[in-house]
Amino acid sequence: MTGSRSVRVRLAGRRALLVELPDAEQTAAFHTELLRRRAAGTLPALGEIVPGARTVLLDGVTHPEQLARRIADWDVPSRAADDSGAVEIPVRYDGPDLPHVAALWDVAVEEVAVRHSAYTYRVAFCGFAPGFGYLTGLPTELHLPRRDTPRTRVPAGAVALAGPYSAVYPRATPGGWQLIGTMPDPAPLWDLSRDEPALLTPGTRVRFVAEGAEGGAP
Amino acid sequence: MTAGLTVVRPGALTTVQDAGRRGHAHLGVPRSGALDAPAMTLANRLLGNTPDAAVLETTLTGCALRPDRAVTVVVGGAPCPVTVDERPAAWGLPVRVPAGAVLDVGAVTAGVRSYVAVAGGVAVEPVLGSRSADLLSGLGPDPLRAGDVLPLGTPAPQPAPADLAPWPAPPARLTLPLRLGPRADWFTPGALRTLTSATYHVSQHSNRIGLRTEGPPLARASTGELPSEGMVLGAVQVPPDGRPVVFLHDHPTTGGYPVIGVVTEPALAAAAQAAAGTPVRFTLG
Repeated sequence: MTGSRSVRVRLAGRRALLVELPDAEQTAAFHTELLRRRAAGTLPALGEIVPGARTVLLDGVTHPEQLARRIADWDVPSRAADDSGAVEIPVRYDGPDLPHVAALWDVAVEEVAVRHSAYTYRVAFCGFAPGFGYLTGLPTELHLPRRDTPRTRVPAGAVALAGPYSAVYPRATPGGWQLIGTMPDPAPLWDLSRDEPALLTPGTRVRFVAEGAEGGAP
Repeated sequence: MTAGLTVVRPGALTTVQDAGRRGHAHLGVPRSGALDAPAMTLANRLLGNTPDAAVLETTLTGCALRPDRAVTVVVGGAPCPVTVDERPAAWGLPVRVPAGAVLDVGAVTAGVRSYVAVAGGVAVEPVLGSRSADLLSGLGPDPLRAGDVLPLGTPAPQPAPADLAPWPAPPARLTLPLRLGPRADWFTPGALRTLTSATYHVSQHSNRIGLRTEGPPLARASTGELPSEGMVLGAVQVPPDGRPVVFLHDHPTTGGYPVIGVVTEPALAAAAQAAAGTPVRFTLG
């Protein structure tokens, strides 16, 4: 469990709190608890809840000092492992950095797809571009550096790795991540015609499904 | 028939703005909205619009527009010459523009951003509850181009009378009160003293994302990498070159450089009007 001792609350201006947690797992648990309390109506009104890698920002808070004192007393249960309801993202493992990633992982090129699609991921936070989610779940030994030279254009749908994160680029942008594959139709990642335009919102669980694995493509 | 406003001259950068997009920061969607919010609100009030009706925000060189029906407009914010079919017209007060006449909003004589409000508001389609152009993530309408036609809303039947229009002058010197944190402890005590005692200058590289400054670099006490965290409006982020950047409305919602302090929101309207070279002082407040 994450007791109150592991939570540090910092003021960010007159209307916001930055709650700092020791690791990604406790950050996820704290974020889940915040959403639970907001849904239950036991949080004071606030504008935004923005998770980060090790923090959750609470913005648009009327009395941040009061809320900071209350949060320090919270007892946050650890998040129960839950693989239900994972969003499935089809991937063609055809990225230009596959050989490089295989070398860094010390595996055959074909093995990158097997490993990457073996885990269940979770959207830790969003940023960079609308619909871009930072997915955690890759074990530490598979974490990778960014490319030395960023690409000026990463195509929409690129499935990429950097540091502890996986991501899918919702639209073409510059980017420095290692590209290992392609989501054939990235349109669902960000669709303004939906009530919830982002497919990957913080907390969403994600599985990557290899297309054409073992030569099984139609 | 829907009334329209044809863009004759878009100027350096003219965008549609309103009060912005709230509640989507967790999806990476910036707040966006008029950088000089009081100017937008006052221009709208003078026309009887709701305070957050969409307006046009120009940058330094103004713009020119031709309505296809007679409209009433207010040009405010940064002072500039205003003409209707080349005849001088009032700045900061309602102006009647006949159908087919050209309203020219000239280059600013001080400040950066002028606001053009039209009775009824600019009625482009809202995206996530706002008509604002967001230049970071590309949401909302694109910046204006010559030939664009902007739809207009229906004017209020009876604009509220106003005989006082207090337009603040753009700042000759910019004072930005800030509260230290959340990452002030990533900087040396000397850096904190420098931040609140040195004079910085507004960089010409400033934009809707951030007010960049030039001046003495702020030294970090901690050289580690900061894991990405949520960023608030007014956050003073310090990149590796040590020069503070004040986050304005199109700022990224998460970032990885430490925030030494946060400027109070009411001070940001003046920041939006501070031209390149304007001296900046950060004060604790």
